[in-house]
Amino acid sequence: MGNVIGIGAAPKRKEDQRFLTGRGNYVSDIKRPGMTAGVFVRSPHGHAMLRGIDKTAALAAPGVIAVLTGDDVAADGLGSLPCGWGITDAKGVPMKEPPFPMLAQNKVRFVGDMVAVVIAETPEQANAAAELLEVNYEVLPSVVGVLEAIRPDAPQLFDDVPNNICCDWELGDKAAVEAAFKKAAHVAKLSLVNNRLIGNPMEPRAAIAEYEPGTDRFTLWTTSQFPHVVRFLMGALVLNIPQHKLRVVAPDVGGGFGVKQFHYGEEAVITWAAKRVRRPVKWVASRSEGYVSDRHGRDHVTEAELALDETGKFLAFRVNTLANMGGYLSTFGPNIPTNLYGPLLGGVYTTPAIYCNVKVVFTNTVPVDAYRGAGRPEATFVLERIVDVAAAEMGIDRVEIRRRNMIPKEAYPYQTPVLVQYDSGDPMGCLDGALVAADVKNFGIRKAASASKGKFRGLGYSTYVEACGLAPSRFAGRLGARGGLYESATVRVHPTGQVTVMIGTHNHGQGHETTFAQIVSDKLGVAFENVDIVFGDTDRVQFGMGTYGSRSLVVGGAALSKATDKVIAKGKKIASHLLEAAEVDIQFESGKFSVAGTDRSKTFEEIAGAAYVPHNYPLEVLEPGLEEQAYYDPVNFTYPGGCHIAEVEVDPETGTVTLVNYTAVDDVGTVINPMIVEGQLHGGIVQGVGQALFENAVYDEGSGQLLSGSLMDYCMPRADHLPMMKVATHSTLCTHTPMGVKGCGEVGTIGSPAAVINAVVDALSHLGVTHVDMPATPNRIWRLLQNASLPVAAE
Amino acid sequence: MKPFAYHQPDQIPDAAKLLTSIEDSKLVAGGMTLIPTLKQRLASPVALVDLSKLGNLKGITDDGATITIGAMTPHAVVAASKLVQTRIPALAALASMIGDPAVRSRGTIGGSVANNDPAADYPAGVLGLGATIVTSMREIAADKFFLGLFETALEPGEIITAVRLPVPLKAGYAKFKAPASRYALVGVFVAKFADGVRVAVTGAGPGVFRVPPMEAALSANFDPSAIAAIRIDTDGLTSDIHAEADYRAHLVTVMAKRAVDAALS
Repeated sequence: MGNVIGIGAAPKRKEDQRFLTGRGNYVSDIKRPGMTAGVFVRSPHGHAMLRGIDKTAALAAPGVIAVLTGDDVAADGLGSLPCGWGITDAKGVPMKEPPFPMLAQNKVRFVGDMVAVVIAETPEQANAAAELLEVNYEVLPSVVGVLEAIRPDAPQLFDDVPNNICCDWELGDKAAVEAAFKKAAHVAKLSLVNNRLIGNPMEPRAAIAEYEPGTDRFTLWTTSQFPHVVRFLMGALVLNIPQHKLRVVAPDVGGGFGVKQFHYGEEAVITWAAKRVRRPVKWVASRSEGYVSDRHGRDHVTEAELALDETGKFLAFRVNTLANMGGYLSTFGPNIPTNLYGPLLGGVYTTPAIYCNVKVVFTNTVPVDAYRGAGRPEATFVLERIVDVAAAEMGIDRVEIRRRNMIPKEAYPYQTPVLVQYDSGDPMGCLDGALVAADVKNFGIRKAASASKGKFRGLGYSTYVEACGLAPSRFAGRLGARGGLYESATVRVHPTGQVTVMIGTHNHGQGHETTFAQIVSDKLGVAFENVDIVFGDTDRVQFGMGTYGSRSLVVGGAALSKATDKVIAKGKKIASHLLEAAEVDIQFESGKFSVAGTDRSKTFEEIAGAAYVPHNYPLEVLEPGLEEQAYYDPVNFTYPGGCHIAEVEVDPETGTVTLVNYTAVDDVGTVINPMIVEGQLHGGIVQGVGQALFENAVYDEGSGQLLSGSLMDYCMPRADHLPMMKVATHSTLCTHTPMGVKGCGEVGTIGSPAAVINAVVDALSHLGVTHVDMPATPNRIWRLLQNASLPVAAE
Repeated sequence: MKPFAYHQPDQIPDAAKLLTSIEDSKLVAGGMTLIPTLKQRLASPVALVDLSKLGNLKGITDDGATITIGAMTPHAVVAASKLVQTRIPALAALASMIGDPAVRSRGTIGGSVANNDPAADYPAGVLGLGATIVTSMREIAADKFFLGLFETALEPGEIITAVRLPVPLKAGYAKFKAPASRYALVGVFVAKFADGVRVAVTGAGPGVFRVPPMEAALSANFDPSAIAAIRIDTDGLTSDIHAEADYRAHLVTVMAKRAVDAALS
């Protein structure tokens, strides 16, 4: 008999038993009888007309079963890959939404765009045949940067999308902002680039599809963060497969970070092909293939202006951004740089007027979509950078200017001028905690010690808030969401009292099997080991929107909490019957149903057993069984946030930035498992540090070639890049989620880039450096120092 | 990977014969460059001739004024060798900086030198020490061995059997690692001998090269200050997304100074 392990405890993770003993079950581990191999032929050009494909040689190659192209897709009347969001411009005109065919038709629009699939007996045979496919490309000039793409003479990706602008979106009161700027004592200005990132989950994407003629059913195993959404988008909108004839399984998935929360063409092609060849088809991406086909993240060019009064109070904030969408609209694409960006520009400050314009731009690059943080790191970076710029220009201390503008704890709930209303928070408390934890008062001593070694030391702050727990459907619907954003959970109590939970979120590293079991163990008083969490299979789980946007605990956990409450309510009915007491007199506590004021009680196990042995049940008022389901749609976003403080040392000889200290004090609401929260914060911070110092997806203008298409050229952060981090929580409870939780999956990534870059600028500020674009690579820092005419240590 | 024949000869003449008789055959030593290239289908040799079963290609011997390292000796063995650590500590340090533990366990000095990757570490050490490349046919001075991007003086069928390295009075290696690949963005090997100083640079250009002005300055005064003002010409240096040519040129001076520091410490 195990123990209850409840909310606030830190048990070892249930899932690690299989992960750490090599017994995980990933898509590429799965083998099906008669399985074939699919290999995609991808465009080597950034932009080209397709002038014909000759399959003859490929079809004649050994082991080849089929070669399918865009013409075959068109002949079968299949749909285009759908976009889940439809945004509109200031006049209400819908965004331009050109089709995204699963295999290219007439034209390719990025290096990696899929042209054909070759299906053969083995992957080697498929690869060999793929090299024999003769594709006649008429190469066109590519355009990869947003500034270049909106020029009138730029290459046009689509005939009906003038100047490559998908949507000219805006948010906020433009006139109020203009008026405030006229009254400003000071205006701070900042131009910046938010660098393009590639998610690089440990496990590359993969899919296997199988068609059973006997039942006319399809099964797709895919590396997805949201199998039910794939079933809907692919089945209903692309392949015309009825929902009840399509099973989508996302088994163990080795990291997502957003990269796997989209419906991809590969899984649709593989599923379609499986029926055509009447055999299972398996595709596993290589790392190189991932670089040119996994959706990329970020990629903004921004001009920002902050108006302040003479005391440093923010009067208005104006932001103009060009956001790169890549070659097509991906599942969430246009939502990320707009709805998940503009509403965050208020930050933790009382800025009364904000205006944001975002031009969403097509280019000859991999489609851009959500990547951990998605829109919110970009917003935080603009805001937290310009606050530092303003502070420096006005001669106000960086912490002091933040304090003067921060929303006080007692002002919550706080309505911002950009749609969102923060329910709770204490940014000042997080800041105070971080100042102490980071030992800021002794920073001068450390800076002097660095100087004595010829190094420059800097300190950077980021006080931030984000919106997560995606999302209240009503709110999202107004902003253009084409689906709901609730979550569902079923709690199945077995006759012996053990519990199986079916939940619509997907665990791909976050520790859900542990966190959710703790919630059930806590609420029902059953042993932690007697709770299993089932996810990732549309045949086993009722429905779900999946895992992204720090929503699993906030929305899925809330559904689970609600379903668990329903189990308790049903249990009370059963107890009332068994104990011959009025239902209102039944209490449930610590796994026991008892009659108030008496010693009469039944254990949870006894109630569970009785639920399935309904002898003498009053069947007209009580059904047998003990299984309850709940759907939960949040009433608001949640708003975690906090204060991050980065400390860096710059070697002026080489330009190398070393992160020497990192402190984060975050408000994530109720903490279910502190070990898992700490791990999420660590991982999130590292990804933000990666953006700030190392990662950069670089395209060649003109040819559209990805120059950073491998781990040799795209620098992922590594353990030896990082100091030990100090991570703590300073929580206020969310007022509208059942357990007070706010979510913690993205906070680290959202808060950290600005903290790191602010620290780098601080380290170099005595040389007149006011901004450093990301990533702050040695070459870039050295160049800045050259331009700053630093007498570099040529002793 | 495309199919290929695989040979594992146990005599050098047999290996040489396979290499010359089969068109499009390739030697494989540790395979740290070749195997990834095969996996990406960027190379498709008809046959691989594996050197791992050839006798006497592994091991390190002390010859007095020189040490000799067998061509198939892995980097990790060189890095951990008490002999190398004592006689040429800078070379042991260089070996310890190559790649990662897996690469150091598989990759060999012969493979690295024969491949002559422009950003590999060993060419800097071999050229900096003025080593001799011993092959199945002859002995080649390092100064005549490295010919440019992935090019060497090796003839078809010629197999490196060992590298013979003069023991310097002092030597140092300083490497500025490319952040992603951990190859040398710029690596500089400095070696002081009784008759002068040699300075060899890897990573900065299309192949390893010496810096005569620095050699002259350090021969006169073996101190970092002697070369602090020497800037190398950016002409012919590599410029890519990681580092522009002028930055690489600057790093050559910085790394050379640090290599001298390391030699003196």
